[in-house]
Amino acid sequence: MSTPTIIHVEDVSKRFVMHKDKSIKERILNFTRARKHQDDFWALKDISLDIATGTTVGLVGHNGSGKSTLLKVVGGIIQPTTGHVSRRGRMAALLELGAGFHPDLTGRENVYLNSAILGLSRSETDGYFDEIVDFSGIEEFIDTQVKFYSSGMYVRLAFAVAVHVDPDLLLVDEVLAVGDEPFQRKCMAKIAQFQAEGRTIVLVSHSAEQVGALCDRVVVLEHGEMLHDGDPAQALRVLRGSFSDEQVRHEEKLEAEGRPEHHVVAVPQVSVTASEQDNAGIIAPRADIHVSVQYEVLETIDPWLIGVALETAVGNVVFRMTTRELGETLPLEPGTYALNVTFKNHNLGGGSYSVSVGMAYEAGATIQVVNPAATFEVADYGVGRGAIRLDVESSIRRIEAARAAGLS
Amino acid sequence: MEDLKPVGQSTRFVTGTWTSIKDVWASRELTSLLVRRELKARYKDSSLGIVWSLVRPLAQLLIYYFAIGEILGLARSIPSFAIFVFVGLTTWGLFVEIVQGGTTSITNNAGLIKKIYLPREIFPLASVGGALFNFGVQLIILILATIVAGQIPMDFNLLYAPLSLAVLIFFATGLGILLAGLNVYLRDVQHLVEVAIMVLFWASPIVYSFSFVHDKLQGNWLEQLYLANPITVAVLGMQRAFWVAGTTESTSQNWPDDLAIRLWIALGISIVILWIGQRIFSRIQGNFAQEL
Repeated sequence: MSTPTIIHVEDVSKRFVMHKDKSIKERILNFTRARKHQDDFWALKDISLDIATGTTVGLVGHNGSGKSTLLKVVGGIIQPTTGHVSRRGRMAALLELGAGFHPDLTGRENVYLNSAILGLSRSETDGYFDEIVDFSGIEEFIDTQVKFYSSGMYVRLAFAVAVHVDPDLLLVDEVLAVGDEPFQRKCMAKIAQFQAEGRTIVLVSHSAEQVGALCDRVVVLEHGEMLHDGDPAQALRVLRGSFSDEQVRHEEKLEAEGRPEHHVVAVPQVSVTASEQDNAGIIAPRADIHVSVQYEVLETIDPWLIGVALETAVGNVVFRMTTRELGETLPLEPGTYALNVTFKNHNLGGGSYSVSVGMAYEAGATIQVVNPAATFEVADYGVGRGAIRLDVESSIRRIEAARAAGLS
Repeated sequence: MEDLKPVGQSTRFVTGTWTSIKDVWASRELTSLLVRRELKARYKDSSLGIVWSLVRPLAQLLIYYFAIGEILGLARSIPSFAIFVFVGLTTWGLFVEIVQGGTTSITNNAGLIKKIYLPREIFPLASVGGALFNFGVQLIILILATIVAGQIPMDFNLLYAPLSLAVLIFFATGLGILLAGLNVYLRDVQHLVEVAIMVLFWASPIVYSFSFVHDKLQGNWLEQLYLANPITVAVLGMQRAFWVAGTTESTSQNWPDDLAIRLWIALGISIVILWIGQRIFSRIQGNFAQEL
C-alpha cells in the first residue's frame, strides 16, 4: 500500500499587492493615481505538490523565493489567490517561537495559552505539562512572568511547548537553531524521534547542512516557481546553480545598464583531474587529485589569496585551505596564471563532491566566491560509509567467560 | 485516517456560515483563555487589580451625577438619578468596550495572526468576553446599589434586561467583527470609531431620560429615527428593568409604549448585522496575514 497523502497542494498561486498608502488621506489624494500606487507580484506560481505521510520535506530557495509563503499557505495562514490546499490531521506550525506568549503572564500560564493556540485542550496540556517544563529545563522560573526571561529561556519554553503538542504534521520555519548547544542537540533528537514515529515535517531552512541531514525530499523554489522536487543532494546542486545564475543575471543587468561590475580578477576556470580515473571520470581510491584553478588578473592588485574547499553533495565542508597556509604568494601583476593543488593519496569516501573556490584580499574583503566551481566523483570501496575513508582492521576476542558458566 | 480537508475558510455566503460557527465553537476553550489572558494581563502588577475596572464608570457616574444631575438640575425631573445614570453608563460601557476592543483586536494580535492559523473571529469574540466580564462586575454593583436605595427590581420588567442585553451584544459584536476586519486594511477606522462613539453617546438616553425626547418630538418621524438605534432601545430596556423609580415615582413617559416589540425587531436586525459582519470578515480575513 502506498502511504497516504497528508498535504495536497493543487495549482496554488499567490499574488501580493503592495499598497504604498495606508490612510484615507493618502488614498483620496492618490485616488486618480491609485493604479500607480499598487505594485503586485506573484509570490507563488502554479505550485502543485503532494506530500506523503511520514516524509520530511525541505523547502529551500534564497530570500524572496516564496518558500515561507508556501509554508504559510499550507498552514492556512495565507489564503492562496488561486488553487486549493487540503490537509489532514493535527498540525503544529513553528513559524515563530513564542508567537502567542504574553509578556505579562507567567511561564505556566503561557504554556497553557500557547498549547491552546497550537490546538491542545486543557486536560491534554495537564498531561504534558511536566514533560514540557522538564524539556525546557527552566523549572525554577515557571511561575515568573516571561518578560523577565532571558531570550534563551523564552525560546526554550516556546520550543518545548511546540514539540509536545503531538502533531501529525509539523511546519518549521528556521526555528531549529535556538538555545545553547545541549538544547540544540535535544531539539534535533526530538526531530529525529518525530521522524521515527512516522510524523510528517515540512521545514524551511537556509542551512544546506540541516536540509541535507534531515530531509528525504527537497523542493527548490525560485521566484515562486518550483525548480526542483526530489533528491536532496540534487536539490542543493540546483540551489547553488540558481545562486550563481542569479549572480550572472545581476552582472548582466549591471552591464546592460552600462555600469559593468568592476572585476580585478576574471571568473576562474577550475578543473579536477586524478592520477587514476575510469572512463566515466570516477576517481579511484587513493589516487592523487589535481585541482587546477586558472585565473586572470586584470589589473594590478593588492596582496590577496585563494581558498579551495571540498564539500560533500549536501554541502558539508570536508576540507578547506588557502594559499597563505600553503605558503604561496600570488602574483599581483596582470596576467593569466594557474594555481595547481594536488591532494595526494586522497582519503575521501565514495560519493560526489564539489570544489568551491574563493578569492579575497589579505586585508579581508572578498573578491569573489565560486561555489561550486567543479564537481567530481569518488568510487565507493572498502568498508563503511562517510566523507572520509579510514583503513579498518577488526577482531573479536573474549575478555571473560560467561558468568553463568563460571557459577555452575 | 481522517479525510483530507480544505485549508482556510470558505468564503461562500451561506454555506460558509456553518463552517465558521463550527470553527469558532471548536476554539471556545482558546477563546476563554484569551479572555483570561487579557484580563489577567490588564491588571497584573497593579495592587488594586480588578477594582480599576470599576473606577472609570464610578468616576463617570460622579461627574454626570453632579454636573448634569445637580448643577444643571436634571435630577429634579428624573427620580433616583444616580441609578438612572448608572444603568445607562453601564449599558453604554458594554457597547463601547465591545466595539472598541473588537476594532483593534486583530491589529493588536498581529503577531499571532501572522504566525498561526486560528479562526480569526475569536479575537473580536475574546474582547466581547472581556467586556462582558467588566459589565458583570458593574452589574453586581448596580444591583447592590438598588438594594441599598430600597428600589429592588423584582417584577416582570426585569425580563427586559436579558432581551436588551441580547440586542446590545449581537449588535455590538456584529459591528466589532466588521470593524476589526476593516481596520486591518484602513487603520483610520479605529480613530473614526472613537469619534463616532463620542457622538453616539448623546444619541441615546443615558444622561437624559427618554421623556425629554418624547416631550420635544411628540412621536414624529425624528423620534422614530431616534428609536431606530438598537443601542437606544437596549438602553431603554435596561432602564425599564433596573430603574424602578422610572415606573413608580415618575409620571412622565420614560419609554415608548411598544418597547418590547421594538426590542424584538432590533434583536432580529442585530442578528442579521452580526451575520453580514461575519461573512464580510470571513471574506477579507484571507489576506490579514499579509496586510498586517
